[in-house]
Amino acid sequence: MMEDRIIELKNVCKSYDEKPVVKNVSLSIKKGEFVTFLGPSGCGKTTTLRMIAGFEKPSSGEVYINGKDMTKAPPYTRPVNTVFQNYALFPHLNVFNNIAFGLKLKTVNDGTYFTSKNGVKYENMRKLTKDEIATKVRDALKMVDLEEYEKRNVSSLSGGQKQRVAIARSLVNEPDVLLLDEPLGALDLKMRKDMQIELMHMHKRLGITFLYVTHDQEEALTMSDTIVIMKDGVIQQIGAPQKVYDEPANAFVADFIGESNILSGIMLADYTVSFCERVFECVDKGFKTNEPIDVIIRPEDIKILPRDDNNAILTARVSSCVFKGDHFQSAVLIDSSIEGEEYEILVHDNTECKSGDIVGLYIKPFDLHIMHKARLINEIEGEMWDVNVVEICGGKFPCLCDLPSGERVNVKIDFDDVIIHDNEDNGTIGGVVGSVIYKGNYYQCVIRTDSYFDFFVDTEDEWLKGDRVGISVDPKNIIISVKKEDFNE
Amino acid sequence: MSSKIQVLSNRVLKKIKGFRITRSVFAFPYILFLMLFVVVPLLILLVNAFVADGAITLRNFYDLIVDGASLKTLWFSLLVGFVTTVLCILIGYPVAYILSKRSAGRLIVLLFVLPMWVNCLIRTLATRALFESLNAEFGIGTLIFGMVYNYIPFMILPLHTTISNIDKSYSEAASDLGANSVTTFLKVNFPLSIPGLISGITMVFIPTISTFAISQFLGGTSSHLFGDSINTKFEHQLYGVGSVMSLIMLVLVLVSNFIISKVNKGETADNLW
Repeated sequence: MMEDRIIELKNVCKSYDEKPVVKNVSLSIKKGEFVTFLGPSGCGKTTTLRMIAGFEKPSSGEVYINGKDMTKAPPYTRPVNTVFQNYALFPHLNVFNNIAFGLKLKTVNDGTYFTSKNGVKYENMRKLTKDEIATKVRDALKMVDLEEYEKRNVSSLSGGQKQRVAIARSLVNEPDVLLLDEPLGALDLKMRKDMQIELMHMHKRLGITFLYVTHDQEEALTMSDTIVIMKDGVIQQIGAPQKVYDEPANAFVADFIGESNILSGIMLADYTVSFCERVFECVDKGFKTNEPIDVIIRPEDIKILPRDDNNAILTARVSSCVFKGDHFQSAVLIDSSIEGEEYEILVHDNTECKSGDIVGLYIKPFDLHIMHKARLINEIEGEMWDVNVVEICGGKFPCLCDLPSGERVNVKIDFDDVIIHDNEDNGTIGGVVGSVIYKGNYYQCVIRTDSYFDFFVDTEDEWLKGDRVGISVDPKNIIISVKKEDFNE
Repeated sequence: MSSKIQVLSNRVLKKIKGFRITRSVFAFPYILFLMLFVVVPLLILLVNAFVADGAITLRNFYDLIVDGASLKTLWFSLLVGFVTTVLCILIGYPVAYILSKRSAGRLIVLLFVLPMWVNCLIRTLATRALFESLNAEFGIGTLIFGMVYNYIPFMILPLHTTISNIDKSYSEAASDLGANSVTTFLKVNFPLSIPGLISGITMVFIPTISTFAISQFLGGTSSHLFGDSINTKFEHQLYGVGSVMSLIMLVLVLVSNFIISKVNKGETADNLW
């Protein structure tokens, strides 16, 4: 089976100036696969691709190509070619010479061999002839439908044509793996759709392994055999598009791929889950009794029924209904026992509703995806600065604790005890809003501090991703315990 | 009578109304300056070149051709300009290339460019003093040293700008397509840096062929340049011959400018290899 794996990454890490970008990534890619690295910008997908291409050297870990350790090999020795996001076509060469660039440098066996004194057989190499190069370039141009453009200057081409030339320039070298770094990012929607289909055809016809980087989940779902979803330099899930869509590994994947309703719930027992203050049947088991979990429901898995239908498992009030071409997107509200609070759920269905209608909802137990929560409480190591002041993440938080200064402590803070301030200066420490997920009746934000600790925060307000905010905590909500000394050290 | 005055004053008003402060108005002072100090002197040169003893003749040209020394100086100037330019490229290109690849490069480039703010004469006199203290003999060697020293920032600066602006992805693409670092330089980075090289050559070659101060201080007695000869002619009040020589200089500058702009265009449009 080893020869099946064309690329293997083993515990690959990469940091720039101490800042980790790719964290311990391991994966293997089979020959002929169409693999997509998917993730939001800054998730390390491009860096991973660049390490495979050889433009970046991993800080640690190994890269194998065709079973050979290529971790430190320069790009020009690797059997891979890259299609760059900005195309990187040489502006001083015309289309023909751009495509011929790699071929002119290539050497091939001339059919004869040379045996050295100690009996090792070497291939005698020669350069490609002019005619061979011309034939290959014309074939490549034909493949991307640009036969007439040989003599054209690259600056006179449109974005889509440049993209085709870039693809031809890479494919003409017959690489084992074609690396594509967001190649369709600069094209308009129509062009992008066309190129997606063309790339898929090329992949089928040539049988070359394609490694594709994108932040567009639809592109990834359309084109790939396998999707690798990354976030913050860590692989979240690897799987076929359908599997990733139907069985997301965690709330992040569910939120990133397609639309989804993510609700907080409690696993009461095997096959029984409670959320929105109601109890439902589900198909999951093996959770702890009363374990807090996330329930993920795809909007299209929810059916709208008349309010008195026997199959309805929930009743809800429609707050809005929008026609989306092939379905209606309705936002429905479910009552809560708390005054003035409701749970909001998105539904994609063919039924048109009016705002204010009371409807019944049906969800198959199979479509309730239950997931462990990534974290139940913010837990971080800190040090007592003084009595009633604890230092965490470089900030001094007032607290109620009489431990002496210098004591190492464990600090716990509940998600909804963290207070976010619009103005960074009003908080004890500052951070950047990393992700925001709507959970039916509140938002869960992740605030990343400057020392790279992620605070999970439950809040009523939606915060803008990428904004800098301040965080503070009420002294009575900081739970402090003495850190157990590690006796091994 | 009064109506006539009214019509007249109306016309004047219209004229004044027609006058608007547009952007081109701000160029008028400069155009005036240009006329007085560039166009008029050029016309005087032109007239002087064709006038001798109060009559229109070609005698000044004849005198120049018969007097072989001036033409020799011209060739010598071109040679010095050529050598200076080549040396500036040989020294300046590697410097500019290495500096544009390093983050500290900008600061070091500043150090290279800093002498440009010191007056050229002061620099040249200082160089002369340096050579005198070393008891060096003044001649073509010291002259070329002074030229290179004076003009090298003009080579490094455009080269550094061009090379720093070459997108890194071109080198990556070349490397990806199988080129090692030498091939990448020869086939990608060097061709892409040619516009900078051309503008460097323009900035060095054209001024060097017309310099005269540097050669007077550093050239010794033997190394006179064309600029010096023109200066001498005017000093000896040979305005006719001096004007002809100035015109030749002007034509040379125009021709080299023309050639350089042609070459530059040709290079970006067609392929280089």
